[in-house]
Amino acid sequence: MSPQALLAQVLHQDRGRLLAALISRIGDFQRAEDALQEAAAAALVHWGRAGVPASPIGWLLRAALRKAIDAYRRDAALSRHRDAIAVLAEEEAADPDPQTIPDDRLRLIFTCCHPALEEKTRVALTLRSLCGLSTPQVAAVFLDAEATMGQRLSRAKTKIAVAGIPFAVPGPEDLPDRLNSVLTVVYLIFTAGYAQGPQAGFDLCGEAIFLSRLLVALAPGQPEVEGCLALLLLTQARARARVSPEGATLPPAAQDRRLWDHAMLAEGKALLDDAIARQRPGPFQIKAAIAALHTGDTPDWPQIAALYTRLLDHEPTAIVRLNQAVAIAEAGRPDLSLQILNAIAGDLPDYQPFHAAHADILARTGQPGPARQAYALAIAAAASAADRAFLQSRLDALNGAG
Amino acid sequence: MKYMLTLYAAPDAEPAYGTPEFDAMMGEYFGLEDKMKGVATFLAGEGLQPVQTATTLRKRAGKVETMDGPFAETREHLGGFYLIEAPDLDAALRFAAEIPAARYGSVEVRPVMAY
Repeated sequence: MSPQALLAQVLHQDRGRLLAALISRIGDFQRAEDALQEAAAAALVHWGRAGVPASPIGWLLRAALRKAIDAYRRDAALSRHRDAIAVLAEEEAADPDPQTIPDDRLRLIFTCCHPALEEKTRVALTLRSLCGLSTPQVAAVFLDAEATMGQRLSRAKTKIAVAGIPFAVPGPEDLPDRLNSVLTVVYLIFTAGYAQGPQAGFDLCGEAIFLSRLLVALAPGQPEVEGCLALLLLTQARARARVSPEGATLPPAAQDRRLWDHAMLAEGKALLDDAIARQRPGPFQIKAAIAALHTGDTPDWPQIAALYTRLLDHEPTAIVRLNQAVAIAEAGRPDLSLQILNAIAGDLPDYQPFHAAHADILARTGQPGPARQAYALAIAAAASAADRAFLQSRLDALNGAG
Repeated sequence: MKYMLTLYAAPDAEPAYGTPEFDAMMGEYFGLEDKMKGVATFLAGEGLQPVQTATTLRKRAGKVETMDGPFAETREHLGGFYLIEAPDLDAALRFAAEIPAARYGSVEVRPVMAY
């Protein structure tokens, strides 16, 4: 393998691990990132000339520590920098062996997802630092200009250093909230990937699953962490079947089950069982349980409705109410479902799934007039031609029947 | 690290002077330093007289201009501050969360510049 190809592979696989190890030693996010970048540039020169080292990660870590010492020397006027040099020189003298480098990525995840940072910044920083996406790739996720995203990432790293955001796993008192902040970032990355489909060069759903697996490995015994990975797997396993050949979004019950990844489903269900056995329920376990119920031979709607009601305790949002209302209608209580929909109508004015569900339930309760109006609103709000065509076919069927 | 915690609240948002709620709030303020021992160290802190007593000063072209106020009633005003020593932002935020003003106004947590 050429030095370039090897370096690219190491950085793709182990950038997060290297960066975490460097931040924990250097104590500064931006300096660690700069040092790693300089070490990578040096690697191309040295590996090309002297051959590839036995341990590329160990080589990069050691080179980056030296680069960081150099950088501190360049502005050593400040006494705290002189202290930093002394500490780093000691680290550098000890031969870094990749087998003994502790995995500091869990600390890095908690830093990147700190609630003192804006949510979008948390997602961007996590993708850049732990998933190794380039700044242009992170910018593309948000449809931002590269320079704008660069500024956002740089501002975040400055705030982490200057405001004293710790590079640490939070104590037991803060852990549940902080873990939820991390899992929310992972889930946002997944849903962004689910909405966009695979991008050129990177797959956000895959990155979210990678992060989620990392969390399960580094923070074992946490039922919400297991619940999050279970949710992602149970959703991803059905990804190929979620759209009809014509391109319309399909509910699980209408999907071609031969397209499901059954091994992934089984893994998700097993994880969910492990999580539930710990008897500390939370929103990710509830969502995973709902996803699991959708994969049964026939969805257990009363049970799904009950789970949405429990999810409302954690996430009292209009979207959860909408899902609860749909499940209640499917469970045989369309009257109660309509009451809920009427209560949340004002919160979701242009939300196509709301109008589509509303239309369907109105039609089923013998109100074709209002159902037609709701279909018209759903069609107006539909994001794709295929979804529009599907809704139009439902409207046509209603007109034919009426 | 040193952090400055500045307390902002709308003038009518906090409990009125003389009510039992006011006394309870003051008790919380006085107990804060002890309660936070082990999390962060209290260095200094004061409450301020209402904003109606403020004078704003500017110097332009060498000339001092003063102004009564500011007075906008609806805005949150600076009502007091704490200066604390804390190991990191998490500890500073834990201190800030115990300040009564966080419940009816807001607390801004800023690291103090190190020269």
